[in-house]
Amino acid sequence: MGKLEFDIAHLFSGGLVLMSLLLLYQDRMFSLLRFFAGHAVVLSLAVAWQAFIQDKPELYITAVIALVFKGIVIPVVLYRIVVRLGIHRELETVVGVGLTMLAGMGLIGLALVVILPLTAAADPFAREDLAFALSVVLLGLLMMITRRNAVSQVIGFMSIENGLVLAATGAKGMPLVVEISVAFSILIAFIVIGVFLFRIRERFDTVDISALHGARGEQP
Amino acid sequence: MSWLLAHASALVLAIPAASAALLALLPGYRVTARLNVAATFLTLLAAIALLFARPAPGQFLLVDDLNVVFVLLNAFVGFTTSVFSASYIGHELETGRLTPPYLRFYHAMYQVLMFGMNLSLLANNVGLMWVAIELATLTTVMMVGIYRTHEALEAAWKYFILGSVGIALALFGTIIVYVAAQPVVGPGLDAMAWTNLIMHGARFDPALLNLAFVFLLLGYGTKVGLAPLHAWLPDAHAEGPTPISAVLSGLLLNVALHAVLRYKMLMATNAGVLAPGPMMVTMGLVSLIFAAFMLYKRRDIKRMFAYSSIEHMGIITFAFGMGGALANFAGLLHMTMHSLTKSAIFFAVGHVAQVKGTQRISEIRGLTVTHPLLGWGLVLGVIAIAGLPPLGIFMTEFIIVSSTFARDPLLAIVLVVGILIAFAALFLRLNGVAFGEPLGSTEPAKASYVPMFAHLALVLTAGLYLPGPLVAWFENVAKLLG
Repeated sequence: MGKLEFDIAHLFSGGLVLMSLLLLYQDRMFSLLRFFAGHAVVLSLAVAWQAFIQDKPELYITAVIALVFKGIVIPVVLYRIVVRLGIHRELETVVGVGLTMLAGMGLIGLALVVILPLTAAADPFAREDLAFALSVVLLGLLMMITRRNAVSQVIGFMSIENGLVLAATGAKGMPLVVEISVAFSILIAFIVIGVFLFRIRERFDTVDISALHGARGEQP
Repeated sequence: MSWLLAHASALVLAIPAASAALLALLPGYRVTARLNVAATFLTLLAAIALLFARPAPGQFLLVDDLNVVFVLLNAFVGFTTSVFSASYIGHELETGRLTPPYLRFYHAMYQVLMFGMNLSLLANNVGLMWVAIELATLTTVMMVGIYRTHEALEAAWKYFILGSVGIALALFGTIIVYVAAQPVVGPGLDAMAWTNLIMHGARFDPALLNLAFVFLLLGYGTKVGLAPLHAWLPDAHAEGPTPISAVLSGLLLNVALHAVLRYKMLMATNAGVLAPGPMMVTMGLVSLIFAAFMLYKRRDIKRMFAYSSIEHMGIITFAFGMGGALANFAGLLHMTMHSLTKSAIFFAVGHVAQVKGTQRISEIRGLTVTHPLLGWGLVLGVIAIAGLPPLGIFMTEFIIVSSTFARDPLLAIVLVVGILIAFAALFLRLNGVAFGEPLGSTEPAKASYVPMFAHLALVLTAGLYLPGPLVAWFENVAKLLG
């Protein structure tokens, strides 16, 4: 792999981490959806670049799935749901923005510290790709923890899936079976979530998860 | 006949898949409930056939001594649970908790769940295994939320979120395993096949394997219900339909454990890696002690037995973590006994909760007087699960404790303390439920007693006498596990 190709691949994976950080502090529903679409677009660029330099045309399919499905279809559908349910107000977070960002930076540091020394023998691109992917996964987890709102938890979950796709494409020659299955599982997951959102709306008139913390048969 | 034998592993998958499609289309609960029973019975036959004819490992499917144990247990408990489910849902329809369209969905999902679990057990590909476990998880999420009450939705959402996080961590671990295997085995599907991974494991980069195992243990450990990622388990058990609680506790936890064991076998092939044992021992003990104390504060009867499942998965993980022929043997047998006993308990609890109209322990009193068969069945189940002789769990716990004592007395003491604390908690609660002043409805239960007593009879028999071939088979698997 030449120097320039390596650098461009780096740029895209690094860009995905940056998008994850940006997702962390969005406090409005619509901007959150827009940034998630951006997240998916950066992912599709990273995957397409991998398809090009690894000379694996089937990876383009993964890139297209990321672009069309996660970059366009899901944000649009979620947008409609948000409008229909009338929940485009400010998002409540559990922890303040400053603290969340600090924790996010800590997690990126952690990912680098864990992956880079451990994998010194592995293919240099694969290892740095893994480090970036782990950062994206950890940031997604952080987002799911710090958000109370069902839609933002769903977006946190999908950004984790994006990180996993990044890791899978960085691993040289990983069979397509897995990529398609990942895409497929996102589809299933999305259906599940859609069903849940409607049910939650139907029952409680809110998509705020904290409203769900009710009786659980454990009160004395 | 010989054709059927040769394709038994494909049939174990094809029967649930085909019946799922069929059940999704057919209306009428009597027919579909019977069809569900028939499908699980056929799957059981196909699983039994695997004992006699073992297809050679293919690119996607693999049958070996280890997964045959799991597949057979899966098919058996799947079958008995479908019998229990047929009488359980009849009552749910009468009370209006489930409507016919939901029932159709329920039966189709039941078969999809069976398909997912069997696929993950038989998969000869780490990616396929992961996909199958995700499929089984998503199916159970839908089933847990099926009553659509406040609590059921909260439980399903919590299960979905924690389950997805676990599944995401496991996929990351799977990718790292591929990265480790790819330089040795070469790119493509070959580097994801279990048979190749085990064959070439000695030459993989140990650092990558270590990293992968941590993610896999945490990820699949979430699905096993190990602390600290167990929080989904009690809610999912308490709020879903009881047949699903029985299948969750009895089978799905085992399926996730099977994945962990496979990766432990991979770790064992490489001399340079960290020993996976201590990590599993620690997680197992923490889960055991934690669940033992949590048992005291339970007020919901299904939730209580869910905590008991965490306790037993802790013991089993501990046993496999200790390793060695004896501990592995006991762990495997304990897992089998726990599946049979815990599903029998849930069969009893399901009917009890229906007839009393509540799951609160304080409102269920004097069962042995009001419903003698259910009451004594539950008593027998709790005696078995608490580990009293002469039932099967006593024997396996005895082997685990004594083999640990020989190697590390300190760990054995912690283990015994945990088991005793849980034991006391279970009997404290059982006393009122079974022998207290009778309370609530005394109208006779329309229950199916056969599955419950069949399971308990097996557990009792195993405690008294284990047939020679079974012992030889389990000893062989224990050796495989290292």
